[in-house]
Amino acid sequence: MSARAGSPDFPGILRDSGLVALVALFLAFPLVGFHTIDQGGGAGMGIETRFPWVVVAVAAAFVGRFLQLALLRTHAPVAVERSLSRLGEVFQRNTVWIAAAAITFAIVLPMLPFADRRLVDLATLVLTYVMLGWGLNIVVGLAGLLDLGYVAFYAVGAYSFALFALHFDFTFWMALPIAGLFAAAFGVLLGFPVLRLRGDYLAIVTLGFGEIIRIILLNWYPVTRGPNGISDIPRPSFFGLEFTRRPAEGEVAFHEFFGLEYSGLHRIVFLYYLILALALITNLFTLRIRRLPIGRAWEALREDEIACRTLGINPTNTKLSAFAIGAMFGGFAGSFFAARQGFVSPESFTFVESALILAVVVLGGMGSQVGVVIAAIILVGLPEWFRDLQEYRMLVFGGAMVAIMVWRPRGLIAHRDPTVRLGVPQRPEPSA
Amino acid sequence: MLTVRGVHTFYGNIEALRGVDLDVAAGEIVSLIGANGAGKSTLLMTICGNPRAARGTISFEGEDITHEETYRIVRRGIAQAPEGRRIFPHMTVIENLQLGALVAPEEHFEDDLRRVFELFPRLRERQTQRGGTLSGGEQQMLAIGRALMSRPRLLLLDEPSLGLAPLVVRQIYDVVREINEQQHVTIFLVEQNAFNALRLAHRGYVMVTGRITMTGTGRELLTNREVRAAYLEGGQPTVRVGG
Repeated sequence: MSARAGSPDFPGILRDSGLVALVALFLAFPLVGFHTIDQGGGAGMGIETRFPWVVVAVAAAFVGRFLQLALLRTHAPVAVERSLSRLGEVFQRNTVWIAAAAITFAIVLPMLPFADRRLVDLATLVLTYVMLGWGLNIVVGLAGLLDLGYVAFYAVGAYSFALFALHFDFTFWMALPIAGLFAAAFGVLLGFPVLRLRGDYLAIVTLGFGEIIRIILLNWYPVTRGPNGISDIPRPSFFGLEFTRRPAEGEVAFHEFFGLEYSGLHRIVFLYYLILALALITNLFTLRIRRLPIGRAWEALREDEIACRTLGINPTNTKLSAFAIGAMFGGFAGSFFAARQGFVSPESFTFVESALILAVVVLGGMGSQVGVVIAAIILVGLPEWFRDLQEYRMLVFGGAMVAIMVWRPRGLIAHRDPTVRLGVPQRPEPSA
Repeated sequence: MLTVRGVHTFYGNIEALRGVDLDVAAGEIVSLIGANGAGKSTLLMTICGNPRAARGTISFEGEDITHEETYRIVRRGIAQAPEGRRIFPHMTVIENLQLGALVAPEEHFEDDLRRVFELFPRLRERQTQRGGTLSGGEQQMLAIGRALMSRPRLLLLDEPSLGLAPLVVRQIYDVVREINEQQHVTIFLVEQNAFNALRLAHRGYVMVTGRITMTGTGRELLTNREVRAAYLEGGQPTVRVGG
């Protein structure tokens, strides 16, 4: 903008702010201006107008834009941008310590005095998305295959556990490997038709795949019970010890075995540690595989497929393995989800979920493991924490997204960690 | 070692190669020269199976590889430093070299790495730098080094001098000769820069619009009047001598 250097160009700023206010008017008129209300007494729904709110929204847009152009443009964003990128650098240099600190914090979190049920529940939710983000990161971040239907594998994992539990009385621990295997098989199933596709085309097909799985779950009533979903999924046990107040005949419950007072919190905390362990396994696996030939091949494929061929890399196997392994972790997370909720239905696996997981990966910085954690906290944790604000919490979500796009367009941690560091004495050992 | 017989290659309806015959014997450096668009790179890519030859046969060490997958051809011992270098820009030099070594037995890695660094000391200095931050000459060195890491018996080079300063070109050509003489790697080189390519080569071929029009030793072609007129003294490629 012209206001970048020297004194601000006020007519230009006013014009710009006016335009923004106009856009705000168009958006606010239908979105804010009308409000449906329940008239009560069987009169049905009515429409109420809230035009003063429209005026407020337009004025806020005008003033906000004006202030941004007149004040921030010339000073703050550059400074903010610079400090953010410096923060990113500090992060990269100390990944090992930050990761160690984060893991320690995650382990002691449930024992901290302020850790109530709500916080542990929220942390479990965030960790689920961290795990999904790390799983999708294999496909999108490492192999560079844009997958908009990742939720399909989450669904496959959840339903495999639910169905195996329903029909064959499988426990969580028996079903977990099967759920991963099934999801991986679906990953290969998706992989085959899209082997030749890249970029936008691949995104469209994977998007369709996600919808196909959801619609099958919705309509294959005899097997999936359609929109009613499957309930009474068994809760995971602690090495065979159930988390119930009164265990079944001949069984011992967790609290009895350890001589504790029964508390509902036990299971919550156990679920938290379970997802923490699953997520960390995903992370360790990814860190390890990046150093193995297959992981290197994934990253090479993301950069240049033709060069890969000329180096003797089989692109078919490389892509299929990325889809399969990414899907497998989605499947693990899915069966955890089913175990935690005790209920699955197709409603939990809409496109919005895929988009959210992808947002966690992209905004975290493609391929960055730490970035995924931060993005999951911002995109999943914050809106959930501010649930009291009701619909305004989505404002937090949108605001966080816009802020990241403006200031960190390549993701929060937009830096690829090299897998080898030979002969660089000033650097620490490769990150854990 | 490499035998190309009557190869035709098409891009859609455009016939890029119109019946190419060519031989590369073990231990040789063979240069293929020709103007822009003559089909030199297409021939190199066709040898690697991408695109595939529509007619004709290509064999390597006596075995037909015409219909093989690119990655299998590479695993037979043909490495390529492709057109435009195609190094991995976001990966470090060492990671690029590791990717070259994916098809080679792991126990050779350290030795091969040392050998590549001896050939190109610049790569050793820059080993933790990302590929995209290298200069053009260094990127070309990396592309050749990466190809060598797969322990090829035949090395295909596509315009290694493209866009490089004369001094750097000389450096790279010296190394190519060294690779051939000391490591006994057969080299098939495609170039527009005819003078350097022919001076280096044991034998040369001239390609005009998808056909080989002339062949001979490097020295013969260098002194040939028509080659001089067309490729060495800035003339147009009008040579049409049956080859």
